[in-house]
Amino acid sequence: MSSAGELAIERVSRGQLIRRRFFRNKTAVFGLGVIAFMFVFAFGGPYISQWSYSENDFSSLLKGPSWSHWFGTTQVGVDVFAQTTRGLQKSLIIGLLVAVFSTGLSAIVGAFAGYLGGRTDRSIMWFVDLLLVLPSFLVLVILSRFYQGKTWLLLVVGLTIFDWMITARVVRGLAMSLRERDFVRAARYMGVPTRKIVFRHLLPNMASVLIIAATLNVGGAILAETGLSYLGFGVAAPDVSLGTLIAEGTGAALTYPWLFLFAGSILVLTVLAVSFIGDGLRDAFDPGSLRVKKTVKS
Amino acid sequence: MSRSLIEIRDLSVTFPSEAGIVQAVRNVSLDIRAGEVLGIVGESGSGKTVTSLSVIGLLPDSATVAGSVAYNGVNLLSLSDEQMSKYRGNDIAMIFQDPLSALNPVHTIGRQIAEALLIHKEISVEAANKRAIELLEIVGIPRPAERAQSYPHEFSGGMRQRVMIALAIANEPKVLLADEPTTALDVTVQAQILDVLKTARDMTGAAVVLVTHDLGVVAGIADRVAIMYAGKVVEVGSVDEVYAQPAMPYTIGLLRSIPRLDAASGERLTSISGAPVSPVNLPDGCAFAPRCPAANESCSAKTPELLSISPTRMTACVRQSEIFDLQKSGKLFEEGPPHVAVTSTSDAIALEVRGLRKTFPLLKGSLLRRRVGSVFAVDGVDLLLRQGHSLALVGESGCGKTTTLLEILNMVAPEAGTIAVLGQDVAELSKASRLKRRKDLQIVFQDPFASLDPRLPIGDAIAEPLENFGMSQSEQDKRVIELLELVGLNPEQASKYPNEFSGGQRQRIAIARALALNPKILALDEPVSALDVSVRAGVLNLLAELQEKLKLSYLFVSHDLAVVQHVADDIAVMYLGSIVESGPVRDVFANPQHPYTQALLSAVPIPDPKVERVRKRILLQGELPSPANPPTGCRFHTRCQIRSSLSPELAALCVSDRPSLTPRKHGTVACHAPLN
Repeated sequence: MSSAGELAIERVSRGQLIRRRFFRNKTAVFGLGVIAFMFVFAFGGPYISQWSYSENDFSSLLKGPSWSHWFGTTQVGVDVFAQTTRGLQKSLIIGLLVAVFSTGLSAIVGAFAGYLGGRTDRSIMWFVDLLLVLPSFLVLVILSRFYQGKTWLLLVVGLTIFDWMITARVVRGLAMSLRERDFVRAARYMGVPTRKIVFRHLLPNMASVLIIAATLNVGGAILAETGLSYLGFGVAAPDVSLGTLIAEGTGAALTYPWLFLFAGSILVLTVLAVSFIGDGLRDAFDPGSLRVKKTVKS
Repeated sequence: MSRSLIEIRDLSVTFPSEAGIVQAVRNVSLDIRAGEVLGIVGESGSGKTVTSLSVIGLLPDSATVAGSVAYNGVNLLSLSDEQMSKYRGNDIAMIFQDPLSALNPVHTIGRQIAEALLIHKEISVEAANKRAIELLEIVGIPRPAERAQSYPHEFSGGMRQRVMIALAIANEPKVLLADEPTTALDVTVQAQILDVLKTARDMTGAAVVLVTHDLGVVAGIADRVAIMYAGKVVEVGSVDEVYAQPAMPYTIGLLRSIPRLDAASGERLTSISGAPVSPVNLPDGCAFAPRCPAANESCSAKTPELLSISPTRMTACVRQSEIFDLQKSGKLFEEGPPHVAVTSTSDAIALEVRGLRKTFPLLKGSLLRRRVGSVFAVDGVDLLLRQGHSLALVGESGCGKTTTLLEILNMVAPEAGTIAVLGQDVAELSKASRLKRRKDLQIVFQDPFASLDPRLPIGDAIAEPLENFGMSQSEQDKRVIELLELVGLNPEQASKYPNEFSGGQRQRIAIARALALNPKILALDEPVSALDVSVRAGVLNLLAELQEKLKLSYLFVSHDLAVVQHVADDIAVMYLGSIVESGPVRDVFANPQHPYTQALLSAVPIPDPKVERVRKRILLQGELPSPANPPTGCRFHTRCQIRSSLSPELAALCVSDRPSLTPRKHGTVACHAPLN
């Protein structure tokens, strides 16, 4: 065994291991591919289409997919393909950013509150509870007076602020139980600072919960934006988002399916791809998930 | 030879699992004879529990069972669950390891025992209740009529196990299965329970099957013993013969690897290499062959049969005819070099604790929490660890030894008393210098499954303290390799996760991590008690080796006195938050002064039937009192076995005054009585 020491032994760190394990997972890589394709589609689509989302083609109103209008047209002759790509641009960014930010915020706030405990925990949780009882929708509506007309990216901030509290509470509970585990205690006695304990030991050990929360948040954020848009806040006409398209198209889903179907399936595909990526990440983080090793008690 | 009551023939039990088929029990044939005590010994995963569960028909539905279990000519395996219920509790009864989960928390104890009687017997409810009280008296529950009205949570662990025994013998069964009945209990309580078990056996004349991993327990109580490994019985025979001259290499190794209280101090243990095999996808041949020093090609060719070597013995080993000769010529299990006793009488002090106290508040009320009392977890602990020595802190669970350890490791000023690490009082440390001091004092936890982050490759885990103290990446890598080699692991495994290692290997990783910063003092919190018996010796030997090589000082916390005997130079015995006796291990063990130390030492089972049967045992009354409401005066006076023989004035002093630690012949003792 001592001869092994003379050879250069490559020690692979956790980051490298997780990356390797993630890219070994075919469905996860497929999900990543789908999301990449969505971005290309959303941002490249307008260049290959001859129509713009704000143009009306009065010669074809409410027509199905054709050579000229690939996804068909709306009641007022707007090209659905152009609308879909335009809407997807926003929704992708809103969905992914809100999911990442709100999960990140809840992870950090919850983990620190749970790990530190005491007064810090109480004041943080008091704040969380306060945000929970505020009717978020109403607050966003009121605040919309200030952000309307400005960049729609402010929506991301608004949606994030009201989307992280419940996960934060869950994370706090997990952190409180992890805090008492021996490996966290060992790290503390080795003099590892709090910040490192949280990021190195606590968060990776609750990765599966965080990933599930993030995955759910993507779909949630895209649809939450719809609600605001529907009320005239958020994305305003003639601009569109995936949410507004779905909301408008649902009524005609059976009679004029192209109004609804394209936007709808793209949303489904996006969320599915995100959950594939989530599954891949979860498995990459969990050392036991690839080869399930169960020790059986006699 | 008495007739067989239960005949197990070719019993095989398999479970499906995602990793493959788990062969929990493989072709086991075993007789349980009327009135005997049969010990089934094995490590976790050896199939001992599954064997006993299949006798009573309590295997989970997913199990596939083959073979037969004949009782009175009836094959129990062929019975339906309903038919089996007629036997269960009536002819065959079971005592479980964890009495808290085996008792129904919402019914009184008396009612649960009466229920067991009413199911199998045609008696009135009054008669059943009366009998229940009688049974409680038999198993030694004080004030049985009153206690029958209590609920399980109102009993302590030892008392609950007594209730389980009462429940098991209620219908005077022919066979009593006891699955690790004392594993969850402290040694002094274990001694009481084993005594009750003997009484129960004598009363009912039932055959007792004692399933355990503790060879010491079996030595004291069993008539015959069956050793199991990887789902097979590898050796059966009378206890005397098996212990005196084990025939199967596994038994030989096991008996020589366990620390013994009566062995010479500092003797190094024989260790069995490797770890117990997983019962999944077992290859052909002897399952022990990869770890066996006597293995050759013939061993892996085919699975050895269990064959008679004398009318009373059977073993399963292909090379059986040669084993005894090999053993005699010392070719089996070479012992490690003996532990060199610390000779330096350097007075340099590694760690000094004086009058340490730690209380936890008892709070009440939900809105305004007010303090209604205190739990005196640690109250008056003095410890002195000299450099290069090992100090063992010994006591039963709940006595405050782990709290003491954590208080020391926290390195902040304690509630009362002083802690000095390498001559430096921790109360005077600034935040920055405390961080530096942490380098000198590191800990190895009890359970290596909990102390390693499951999501961190072991290389990263070992490198964590190094990184924390600003070592460069390439130096870290070098040190990790060095450390892994130091603890006897392959450095190529650095990028594996903890779940790919066995318990013994994990504990080695935890030791490597603790050694990363070159500490002067290593705190060991029961470092081997969570490990399988056959790998303990390896870890203990490693610790001894490291101490010599690195001149470490060990603060060793343990409840296992036999282990302490092997590793420690000095000992401090703790009872209910305070030290009752301290001194050199050799002297304290040879001539214990404090009555509690005496009782503790006498309760530790010795894995040698000849010694164990004739040994006089001091049975303590009751259990550890609650630290929230400790007895006045001497904390031990409620259970003290010598107080009744003291003069009335002295006995009164025990209740009123707390004795302080005063120097006696070898060390210090806290007792009012004039001891020899």
